[in-house]
Amino acid sequence: MFERVRGLKFHKKQDVAIVGAGITLFRRRMNETGKELSYYAVKQALEEAGLEIQDIDMVVMGSAPDAFDGIHMKGEYLLDGAGGSNRPYMRVFVGGGTGVFAPIAGYWHVASGLADVCLVITEEKMSSSHPHPQSAFKYIWDPILDRPLNPNLIWIFALEMRRYMHENNIKHEDIALVSVKNKGNALDHPAAQVAEKITVEDVLNSEPMALPVRRLDVSPPSDGASALIMVAPHIARQLTDEPVWVDGVGWSLDTTWWTNRDLYFPRYVAEAARMAYKMAHITDPRKEIDVAEPYDPFDYKELHHMEGLGLAKKGEAPILTREGVTARDGDLPVCPSGGLLGVGNPIAATMGVKVAELYWQLAYRAGKRQVAKEVTTGVTQAWGDLMQVGTVMVLSNKR
Amino acid sequence: MAVGKKKISAPAYVKGHGIEAEDIKEGKVTHVEDHTDIRYQFTAGQAISKFLNGLKEGKILATKCNKCRRVMVPPRMFCELCYRPIDEWVELEDTGTVETFSISYIDPDARPLDEPEIVAVISIDGASPKMGILHKLGEIEPDSVYIGMKVKAVWKPPEEREGMITDILYWKPIEG
Repeated sequence: MFERVRGLKFHKKQDVAIVGAGITLFRRRMNETGKELSYYAVKQALEEAGLEIQDIDMVVMGSAPDAFDGIHMKGEYLLDGAGGSNRPYMRVFVGGGTGVFAPIAGYWHVASGLADVCLVITEEKMSSSHPHPQSAFKYIWDPILDRPLNPNLIWIFALEMRRYMHENNIKHEDIALVSVKNKGNALDHPAAQVAEKITVEDVLNSEPMALPVRRLDVSPPSDGASALIMVAPHIARQLTDEPVWVDGVGWSLDTTWWTNRDLYFPRYVAEAARMAYKMAHITDPRKEIDVAEPYDPFDYKELHHMEGLGLAKKGEAPILTREGVTARDGDLPVCPSGGLLGVGNPIAATMGVKVAELYWQLAYRAGKRQVAKEVTTGVTQAWGDLMQVGTVMVLSNKR
Repeated sequence: MAVGKKKISAPAYVKGHGIEAEDIKEGKVTHVEDHTDIRYQFTAGQAISKFLNGLKEGKILATKCNKCRRVMVPPRMFCELCYRPIDEWVELEDTGTVETFSISYIDPDARPLDEPEIVAVISIDGASPKMGILHKLGEIEPDSVYIGMKVKAVWKPPEEREGMITDILYWKPIEG
């Protein structure tokens, strides 16, 4: 066993700032190809940053399963729309976790000094596969132990939600409040797919999918793209008076044997958050975080992930939600964008309502979605693969 | 860096538009149809092969790591936590406990099922705590299932077993 040298773990060459972001509409079907959607999002991010594609040193593309598009190795297919032609280009993907993992990869490029200006682009087009994008999810299950049982992906969420409710004595009514809040928040998002004013009763009476999961507990399949511009400090200072800085990044994967762990607590998020908080020098997230964008493809998942991120104690997230703490004008606004439940869920492209939203909130550019309180630090997170990856990013507007 | 509210509106976004399924059916949208045609033959591997052969004989087999003392099911050839080879094979009971469950109304393609089915994570007696497998429940009404319920495997007749996870038809509640 070698001797570990402490203290150099998070040594980095340079700080990393976000200076621009872009997002397309999130919709079930769009006439545009994934390349075309990527192009729209990139153009918008470049415009906001005041840059041209020639200014970009490196490109990171995030897109989740190839099976959605029926195009294997789609990183190469999406290259031109992603602005990746003739420059260093890579694709990263950890399922749903990609929405925060792609900007983490962008962070490596800039922090290491390899790039001063890095474009991060995430895209997903789920509507190409028929009869349903769920059909593509058949191929993420273990082919021998799980697939002969004809599973649907919703199963694992239902199993996890039931376990979470059981362990913490939570009622479906309390969980439904998240869907009500996020779909309501999304009314102010110009890209939103399923923004609406609903009630807890609407959720509880919606069509059963895999109980306890009902239709309105779930985010919709979507098409869309989003983009971010990440730059070195000397570039950021030239481009804007309001850069938003990456204070910490973290990621972690729990075991592949998902039926071998207790499903009531997302350990993958807790581990990833530990890494990101350590790097960002955050010791008490509940006090030090002003705004949060945890991953919310299901309403219970926002609560689950708040607890994993240390924003609430185990079983406490539903109480904070009921008391209005997580509302946009609350003490700890959670998913002020409207999240995946309200804006839509184009898997990797949800970077647009997670990292990009946090950037807009911290730059005070979120318009009608701007949270009521003053904000300096925020956390965002995504989750994916076979329910096991957590990706976390801490952003701040102070230096 | 100035901190405080400023009068900046929401960022501009690029307009797109949603299209309906009918638009595609009616040919209003230019598109092509394609069907990938690939077949796969997965290898079960050393550990799962033995596990599947066990199922054929009506046995649930697990592996044991003598370092962390875990009895693991589904079995593997190495302990992923200690990162060392497993030490021995053990036979488990064909009974267990429901750790969590769901009543599913949809099939793998998200199409509605005629009859809902009950799916569960069942931890197996004789293995370490929370060592569960995914499977189905039967001979019980959806309303009667609860977490912590004791269940027993219902096997296919021996001559029909083929060395698959479906050699167990489903798990039924243990009476009393």
